[in-house]
Amino acid sequence: MPAFWHWFVVGLTVLFIIWCIWLVSWSAKQGPKNVGDDDLVGHKWDGDLEEWNNPAPKWWLYLYFITIVWGIGFMIAYPGFGNFKGVLDWSSAGQYEAEMQAAAATYEPIYERFAAMDFEALSRDPDANALGRSLYASYCTTCHGSDARGATGYPNLTDSDWQWGSSEQAITTSIYDGRTAVMTPWGQILGSDEAVTNMAKYVRSLSGLEEADETVQAMQQQFTMYCSACHMADGTGNQLLGAPNLTDDVWLYGASIDTIRTTINEGRNGQMPPHGNLLGENRAKILAAYVYSLAQN
Amino acid sequence: MRHEVIEKSMNLMIVLIVLAISIGGIVEIIPLMMSSDATEPDEGISVYSPLRLAGRDVYVREGCYNCHSQMIRPFRSETERYGPYTTAGETVYDRPFQFGSKRTGPDLARVGGRYSDDWQRLHLIDPRALVPESNMPAYPWLADRQIDAEVLVAKLETLQFLGDPYTDEQIAAAAAEVAGKTELDALVAYLQGLGTNRSHRR
Repeated sequence: MPAFWHWFVVGLTVLFIIWCIWLVSWSAKQGPKNVGDDDLVGHKWDGDLEEWNNPAPKWWLYLYFITIVWGIGFMIAYPGFGNFKGVLDWSSAGQYEAEMQAAAATYEPIYERFAAMDFEALSRDPDANALGRSLYASYCTTCHGSDARGATGYPNLTDSDWQWGSSEQAITTSIYDGRTAVMTPWGQILGSDEAVTNMAKYVRSLSGLEEADETVQAMQQQFTMYCSACHMADGTGNQLLGAPNLTDDVWLYGASIDTIRTTINEGRNGQMPPHGNLLGENRAKILAAYVYSLAQN
Repeated sequence: MRHEVIEKSMNLMIVLIVLAISIGGIVEIIPLMMSSDATEPDEGISVYSPLRLAGRDVYVREGCYNCHSQMIRPFRSETERYGPYTTAGETVYDRPFQFGSKRTGPDLARVGGRYSDDWQRLHLIDPRALVPESNMPAYPWLADRQIDAEVLVAKLETLQFLGDPYTDEQIAAAAAEVAGKTELDALVAYLQGLGTNRSHRR
C-alpha cells in the first residue's frame, strides 16, 4: 500500500478509536447514586407510572470498552493497521502455504509408496484404490459417470474394451496427456447416401447386428480402402490410434443405422483433456491403476 | 441526560449515523480500491476476446452466477478440487466480477480445458445426457441465437472508454470474429478460457 494510504488508514483508525472511547464515555450515565428527580424522562402512564433514566448495567458498559480493547489487540496481532503486518506475521497466503505443507508431509510419503509399487499390485491394493476412487470422483465422474459406465461418446471404463489400450503406459498417458481421437467425415468420399447406408450396414454386420446381403458384402472393398487404415481390415480397430474395435458389442456413439450414418457422414472427434497439470505423476499413476481395476471384476 | 442530546436532535443523529456507518467503508474499502493488487492485472491476464466477452454476457444474462461461483478460496480443500486460489489481479477486466456467493454447481474459475468443447456444448443443451444426476437446467435456446455484432462492438467501445486495453484493430475485427457464431459458441469459448491464462494452473 502506498505511504499515503498507509497513513490514511492509520490516521483514521486511531481517530475513530479515540472517538469511540469518547462517545461511550460521554454518553454513559454514571452510577445510581447520581439518580435524582431530574432523571425522570417525563413519560407518565396510568397516573403515577413514570420512567426513570437509570444507567445501563456496568457489565454492559464495560462490554463496549472490552470490544475496543479487543479491536486494538487484533490490530497488534494481525494485519490491518495500514502496512503493519501484525506481530503474529499471519497472512491468508501464509496460512494456505502452511496447510499445503502439512498435507504434503502427511500424504506425499503415501503417494510415493504407491508410485513405487508395481502397476498390477497397485490396482489390487485396497488403500490405493480408495485413494484412486476419490481422485476419480473429483476428476472423472463428470464425463465417465459416477458409476464409471460412461455416456454417449464417453467410454465405459468398467468393461474390458479399451480405446487406447489397457497397459500402465497407455492408461497413464490417456490421463496425463489426454487423447484426441480423429475420425474424419467420409460421406463425400463414399459418394452417395446409399453408399453411406450400406457402409453402416456393413459395419453392423461386423458384429453380427445385421445380416449382410450381397450389396452390403460388396462394401468390404470400400471398407478395406478407406476404413482399414485405422479400424484394420478385419474391423478389430487399432489402440495406437484410438480407433474402436467394430466387431464387438461396445458402441461408443450408438449402434443404430442412423447413428452410424452420422458417424460416417460427419466424423467424430473424441477428446479427453489432459490432466497431468492437475494431478502430477504420482496421483496419475494411482488413478490409472484404479481405472484399470474397474475393468478387472 | 447526555445521550438525550443525540436522541432528541434529528440532524445530529443523522450526521453521527452516517459517520458511524461509513467508517468501515472509508478505512477498509477505499485504500484497497487504490491498491495495485486490485487494479493491475496479474501476469498473463488480458482482456476478453470479443467472442469470449459475448459469452461472458450470456453467462451473466442466464444467471449462471446464481449457482456457480468463480472464486476459489485459499484453502487446500478448494485448491485440490478446483485449482489455484483466485486473486484480485485476475479479475481486473471483469465488470462486474463473477465471484458469486453460492455453489449449487461447482466453481468455474478454472474450468477452461477441463472438458472438451463437445462436452460443454452437449452439457449446456442437455446436462442429463452426460451427467444423469445433474440438477442443472438445460439451455437449448443458446444454440439458436446469434451473437449481435452491433451490440458487441458498442460494448467493446464502452470498455475501451473505461480504460480496458482493447485496440482499435481488435474492435474493428470483432464483428467478423463473431459472424455466424451462436450464443452457445460464445459461452463455450468463454468457459474454455476460464483460468487458462494464468502463469501456472496448479
